[in-house]
Amino acid sequence: MTWGGRGSSALRPGFGWAAPATVFFVAFGILPIAIVAYLSLTRWNGQGSPQWSGLENWRALPDDPDALNGLKVTFLLTLLTWLIQTPLALLLGVWSAGRQRSRAIMSTVFFLPLLLSTTAIALTWLSLLDPNFGLAASLGGPLGNLLGSPDRALYAVAFVISWQFVPFHMLLYQAAARQIPVSMYEDAELSGATPARQFLAITLPQLRNTVIASSVIIIVGSLTYFESILLLTGGGPGTATRVLPLHMYVKGFVGFDMGFASALAVLLVAVGTVLSVLIVRSTGYHKMASDREGYL
Amino acid sequence: MGDYVMRTVRLAKVVVCVTALAGVIASSGCGAVLGTAGPAAGSRNRIQVWALQDPQNQPIIEDGIARYNRSSIISAELLTFVNDAYKQKLQVSMGSPNPPDVFFNWGGGNLAQFVEAGNVVDLTTRLRRDADANIFLPNVMAVGQVDGRQYGLPMNGIQPVVLFYNKKVFADAGVEPPKTYDDLLSLVDTFKQRKVTPIALPGTQGWTELMYLEYLLDRVGGPQKFADIAAGRPGAWRDPAVLQALTMCQELAERGAFGKNFASINYDNTGASRLFATGKAAMFLMGSWEYTSQASNNPEFVNSGNLGWVPFPQVEGGAGNPKNVVGNPSNYFSVTSASAHRDEAVDFVVEMTTSKEYITALIETGQVPAVKGVEKELAASRNAEFALFTYDMVKDPKVAFTQSWDQALSPSVGAELLTNLQKLFLSDITPEEFVSAMEKAK
Repeated sequence: MTWGGRGSSALRPGFGWAAPATVFFVAFGILPIAIVAYLSLTRWNGQGSPQWSGLENWRALPDDPDALNGLKVTFLLTLLTWLIQTPLALLLGVWSAGRQRSRAIMSTVFFLPLLLSTTAIALTWLSLLDPNFGLAASLGGPLGNLLGSPDRALYAVAFVISWQFVPFHMLLYQAAARQIPVSMYEDAELSGATPARQFLAITLPQLRNTVIASSVIIIVGSLTYFESILLLTGGGPGTATRVLPLHMYVKGFVGFDMGFASALAVLLVAVGTVLSVLIVRSTGYHKMASDREGYL
Repeated sequence: MGDYVMRTVRLAKVVVCVTALAGVIASSGCGAVLGTAGPAAGSRNRIQVWALQDPQNQPIIEDGIARYNRSSIISAELLTFVNDAYKQKLQVSMGSPNPPDVFFNWGGGNLAQFVEAGNVVDLTTRLRRDADANIFLPNVMAVGQVDGRQYGLPMNGIQPVVLFYNKKVFADAGVEPPKTYDDLLSLVDTFKQRKVTPIALPGTQGWTELMYLEYLLDRVGGPQKFADIAAGRPGAWRDPAVLQALTMCQELAERGAFGKNFASINYDNTGASRLFATGKAAMFLMGSWEYTSQASNNPEFVNSGNLGWVPFPQVEGGAGNPKNVVGNPSNYFSVTSASAHRDEAVDFVVEMTTSKEYITALIETGQVPAVKGVEKELAASRNAEFALFTYDMVKDPKVAFTQSWDQALSPSVGAELLTNLQKLFLSDITPEEFVSAMEKAK
């Protein structure tokens, strides 16, 4: 709010300031989307020029069982990763914001997955979960065959993805928890509130915006999960873990059906936009009102 | 389905996914973005040859180019790429003003789509004129043809699919390798009882499952059944022989022939090969490149003589010649019509692939060239026993060599085929549903 307050439109910066960002956004954001939207109305395998085919690809979309399945798997995976990551990251973040002696060391350990590349993480877990030669093989039972079972593979994928991203969200929560004024806790303590009560009555409400921000990142991010799944299961067994982005890849870059793949891409953009708008609207996050002491 | 080397670089796919978006952007109107490897073909002063990164064949091609350059006015140069990236790069550049002059390809539907776009030079007349060039096995040459015209020449070894078996595991169980499909089924039961996975199957990759369907359909109905499918004849997928072969595939999986976790096993990380070499699995249906792969990854297994091989079993009452083979007849070199040095490029391809030095070099690396009458050279080579076995499988002109379906069909139908096969093997869909799905694919 430093750039001019409410009702003082004369003090707003001119459009010129936004020009570089706008140019970049149009060139690398809007234009590719427009091109993909055009391609979704064509038939093209990369040879020659795209042939206009009208709504053919869009009409074929509901008939493609793998696209529908991809949508279902994507939503399931989004839900699973949100359910795993949010409580874990919240608890770890709040804990690591405290002043315990072990905090620094433990936080560093929890933080480690964030330093590894997605490929390294996926390949490591692929070896660990290998039902024949990995750690999983010696566990046996249902845990012995996670990646090879159509019923369990998605959970394994959700687990690996969560393992990778929990530290990032933990960091968000840690930073936010540190911002909560100590005076609130001192007050609560004087009134005899237990730590659990303090967490529910002070920490959680104060972290509300962080929960929303982290959820948006998890949910919108989950629409682009790709390389972990490609490396862990390749979308299998069958199509049990073939999320929509992976299906788009198979259609576009294995089958060279660029038109249909573009239709899937447009669908993904639409789903992502709708989801983030929904979350932001329904939570009042767009008002960006601060809960902090001293700011109104 | 490519050869072994093409399958090894799983990581390449990750690189590919990064370039994927760039590809979509570059594809419209600004296709030159991906094709900026050099000046346009018209202005290039060399014959540019594109092939796969492959430690085995790359030096052979390089030597061939060096020999050509010594006597030619215009010189050739080699550019190599990893498998999956190559497919995409080729697809984009063939449609651009800047294609290579000579390009590696898989024949079949892969080559046909370029031919149909008018991008490939017809070699038929050139080969008719040149009797010395008539050295290749006809059933392998057939895969480099589109509508009876020759567009590609075989540039590496034949790769038929072979049923490998672990001799030690078989001896322990006191059984013989299968001659018929019924033998195979009873072996499945035997090994299951002995807690050995009967057949290793890297089910994360649909092309390994495809080999069963290819062989079973050929044994049950003969090669014409797939030829009809490849030609797009209406009702070809719904043929009773196709349904029977699909049912047999599903029966094998449901009977436990591949164990319980085959859907997690990978070929590229040698997971399946290791299961087989360590005796955790008794058999392995794979392309002939598996021999070289086992020799380098599990040398004790090969040197101890425990690696055995037989042709795919016969199906009683089947219409197909039990000697027929499926697999990769070869890879091919073709010339692009947009090349500024078309005649030179054609000369280069014909001279190199038919030269004695080139063929000898292929044999020296343990490959079996698709050339008539090389028994003597093969018998003197390393791995002579296996080389002669594969050569004998293929050399009879009466034997049909059906190309891997995912190469013979167009890429989009091929991708659909592999997806549905994976579902079929997991019993997610019935053979009937498989057929319906494939009839819709285009």
